[in-house]
Amino acid sequence: MKEFALIFRIDGGAAAGAADISPAEMQERMTYWNNWMGSIAARDRLSSSGHRLGIKESKTIASGNVVTDGPYTEVKEFINGFIIVKAQTVDEAVEMAKGCPILFAAGGKVEIRPLVAPDDNK
Amino acid sequence: MERQLIPELYRKEYGKMVTVLCSRFGIAYMDIAEDIVSDTFLSAAETWGLRGVPSNPVSWLYAVARNNALNSLKHDRVFQRQVKKDLTMDGEKSFEMEIDLSPKNITDSQLQMMFAICHPSIPVEAQVSLALRVLCGFSIDEIAQALLTTKSNINKRLFRAKEKLRLEEVKIAVPDSREISARLDTVLVCLYLLFNEGYYSASPDKVLRRDFCLEAMRLTYLLIGNTSTSMSRVHALMALMCFQACRFDARVNDNGELVLYEDQDIRRWDEELIQRGNDFFMRAIRNNEVSKYHLEAAIAWWHTHPAEEEQKWENILRLYNQRLILEYSPVAALNRAYAFYRVYGRERAIEEAEKLQLSGNLFYHSLLGELYTGVDNKQARQHFIQALELAGSAAERAVLEKKLGSLK
Repeated sequence: MKEFALIFRIDGGAAAGAADISPAEMQERMTYWNNWMGSIAARDRLSSSGHRLGIKESKTIASGNVVTDGPYTEVKEFINGFIIVKAQTVDEAVEMAKGCPILFAAGGKVEIRPLVAPDDNK
Repeated sequence: MERQLIPELYRKEYGKMVTVLCSRFGIAYMDIAEDIVSDTFLSAAETWGLRGVPSNPVSWLYAVARNNALNSLKHDRVFQRQVKKDLTMDGEKSFEMEIDLSPKNITDSQLQMMFAICHPSIPVEAQVSLALRVLCGFSIDEIAQALLTTKSNINKRLFRAKEKLRLEEVKIAVPDSREISARLDTVLVCLYLLFNEGYYSASPDKVLRRDFCLEAMRLTYLLIGNTSTSMSRVHALMALMCFQACRFDARVNDNGELVLYEDQDIRRWDEELIQRGNDFFMRAIRNNEVSKYHLEAAIAWWHTHPAEEEQKWENILRLYNQRLILEYSPVAALNRAYAFYRVYGRERAIEEAEKLQLSGNLFYHSLLGELYTGVDNKQARQHFIQALELAGSAAERAVLEKKLGSLK
């Protein structure tokens, strides 16, 4: 079984607008996420429940130790979280990602990337 | 009179006496401790039959066990050489003084023994058997009957486990603060399994099954009573056991048949246990720890509520999701699929359940049989038939046959 990171990307504007949604809508979104991750975990395919990534207090540091604020939510493909799943093949990981609630959001995408073993230099 | 008295005392005192002696001698001498206590009960049976039962049978037993231990020490050369060396003492007198059968030392010894028995070096099934034998004083016969296996299997399992504990030189002690958290988890897994052996055992002996549950709760309570082990997940496990045990009477009817949760008479749920469970749960959530026991206790709490309560199954599903995200368990995965059905209906639940791919699991097939009922009765029948082939007890088969019958 291989491990794949599922990285969630959305339109930055949608991420910034998340604070404005109604409690009922928030509840519904939470339920979607909970059921989707629960479904992966119920098949024993969840390797790490990962993290959501915040907007506030984010910084970017570039070569020469140049520190800037952001990434700002103006960016198109704003990363807002990840999980790690177990799958036989990348196609199986893709199947799991298909139900991901991030796909309902504006510009929502799931990027699927294999975890590379430390001794794999190919 | 002594015919009932001795088995009763045996159940209550055997474990205490073995535990105190064994924690005094060291883990390598568990067999000797057991022999000494067995001999003590043998003398009780002989003496009390001839001369009548003493006024305080328990102190009689303790005094005789103490003497027997002392005699073994005097006469058994191997034991004498080894134990005396291990205890590093000089005379018999100090030895006699040191077998302390006071309530406090019994409790302390049991707590220490719990950690020795639930040692990560031996498999959890062996831990459960050892706990049942040494801490709870069940006979090999009773253990074999409840675990649906043979006496010789249990004996083998116990023999190997004791051998391993001896080779590993496991200490009979509560681990220190660096180790306690991880070691406590092993103890909790064992206690939870012990409880489940009683709660879900297909054994027809209801009294014995209830005793298993009560013993698991008693041992968990010992952990709560001790400051270094009284962690919030221990309270959560205790709450979980209370919420489950409250349905003990309701889940089996007067004819010994299993009554499914949906069909249970709520008046037979034990209100007092639910209340106790609530108290333990309140203490479990004082800090922010969320263990699998917290989540399972919360699920069990929702189950103590009547079916029509709003949001009941939505909450149970959410909690099962969280439970699985924290740690996978096939039982939780199947229960989640059932909760999914209660919230989203049969067709979506069938899809979720089939993804689990637990073919060959009794509960997988009986769940799919249930979900397909009314959607595709042919599939339902097939799954119930597969479940029937896997069912171990008459009570389980009866439930499945009833379901099959109602499909026609």
